[in-house]
Amino acid sequence: MSILVIAEHHNGQLADSIAHVVAAAQAIGGDIDILVAGENVAGVAEAAAKLAGVAKVRTADDGVYAHQLAEPMAELIAELAGDYSHVLAAASTHGKNVLPRVAALKDVAALSEVIGVESPDTFLRPIYAGNAIATVQSSDALKVLTVRTTAFDAVDATGSAEVEAVSATVENTLSRFVDEELASSDRPELGSARVVVSGGRGMGNGENFTLLDGIADKLGAAIGASRAAVDAGFVPNDMQVGQTGKIVAPELYIAVGISGAIQHLAGMKDAKVIVAINKDEEAPIFQVADYGLVGDLFDVLPELESKL
Amino acid sequence: MKVLVAVKRVIDYNVKIRVKPDHSDVDLTNVKMAMNPFCEIAVEEAVRLKEKGVASEVVAVTIGPKAAQEQLRTALALGADRAIHVETDDKVESLTAAKLLKRVVDDEQPGLTILGKQAIDTDNNQTGQMLAALAGMGQGTFASEVQVEGDEVQVTREIDGGLQTVALKLPAVITTDLRLNEPRYAKLPDIMKAKKKPIDVKSPEDMGVAVASSLSVLKVESPAERKGGTKVASVDELVDKLKNEAKVIA
Repeated sequence: MSILVIAEHHNGQLADSIAHVVAAAQAIGGDIDILVAGENVAGVAEAAAKLAGVAKVRTADDGVYAHQLAEPMAELIAELAGDYSHVLAAASTHGKNVLPRVAALKDVAALSEVIGVESPDTFLRPIYAGNAIATVQSSDALKVLTVRTTAFDAVDATGSAEVEAVSATVENTLSRFVDEELASSDRPELGSARVVVSGGRGMGNGENFTLLDGIADKLGAAIGASRAAVDAGFVPNDMQVGQTGKIVAPELYIAVGISGAIQHLAGMKDAKVIVAINKDEEAPIFQVADYGLVGDLFDVLPELESKL
Repeated sequence: MKVLVAVKRVIDYNVKIRVKPDHSDVDLTNVKMAMNPFCEIAVEEAVRLKEKGVASEVVAVTIGPKAAQEQLRTALALGADRAIHVETDDKVESLTAAKLLKRVVDDEQPGLTILGKQAIDTDNNQTGQMLAALAGMGQGTFASEVQVEGDEVQVTREIDGGLQTVALKLPAVITTDLRLNEPRYAKLPDIMKAKKKPIDVKSPEDMGVAVASSLSVLKVESPAERKGGTKVASVDELVDKLKNEAKVIA
């Protein structure tokens, strides 16, 4: 078997998620190559080459891959896929954008959000917002998978793979990058943070989310939100934790003013320790919380900040 | 410009699902079904494009059993002009759905095809991307804003960490994210009118697509239960437990 892992990168930095995807590739077994496609990606390729267990890093350095748009990326990956039994990417918005397109170009099924590997053709994945786990077998010669990175521990950066350029070239006449607005934050990324503090509808408004800042600062936490808080316009969608947002599995998850709809639980119930702060003692979030504190968040948050 | 909008019949998002005792699947008998929430957003966007004069006709399509006509009637009540029902009782995987939709796109030649980004049953998030690939079109996935300008559509996409805007050559495929719009409710007169709008019924066989899948579900299980429910009485107790019992903070 041979596996191609699709690297994701931003501003010349390899995404942390890729070390987890390589771990999933190791669980499948076989030779592991990484594809780094983009513009001016030598530094990304160097970082990818250090990941343990990687045989080869293949680079496609060309303006057509700038911003890693789905159309040229999928065409390139489909062209290279003939050499491989599996193509893997992180189940990020990027991986989910590109990989189903690759699968269709190769006329094979895709498996989304894989959380476990039973054998090289059999995988576990959540369905119905994680309320059921399906074991799925693929009979395709090529398996195309996006991997839930929180389900696989990252490999170390102790490798030294060779780097070689890919000769294939593609054109893109279908799509064009216009612009990007990325939230700049000194906080860790939601998907990989050790601690996540999330606010829900109980926060009342967007300004009150600043009450979470002090706690997040002290704990080195990322700040998240429930869909209800996003829908109410308190905070942007990229903060959303849940079935339709980000899936997180931090060591500590603090849910503030979040009732605990199943769609939200789908995004955080794999956290090691869950704390819930809510004034409604009947809130379903308490059923999954290791430590529940019934109280008014406007009293509890300042006190918690001062005592951390 | 014609707009094609695909909708899926799924379990109502409020229903708590149960796994069948034989672990073959999720138990859907006597469960409330509804239009997939992201498909509602897709229908709303198509109807708004028509109201703005950008779209001339909105065609809704679904793939599923006879009962899925309920969801087509909902789409018609919300403002779609006519509907196509690809009727099948078989389980249709994303790739097969994309192949069927590709046939519909070939027939209808829409300028835009709008789908939900994912269905809340399989949580696949694949069909729109697959359709775009098969049709040789650009894709604007996870859209939070759609603007048609000349022979292009600009799509603002919800990506990890923020927003990205891409311009796609028309025709193109769009999949909807939550913030694209807030779907309206169907009014009673519109529900009545929708009953008279035409639904064209086809079978996958008519369309020359085999409903087969290379994926087989070996078993479906409930996830491991979390043992929660412990309460603490004060912030002091909480901080103490986090430090000394759970040891997750220093």
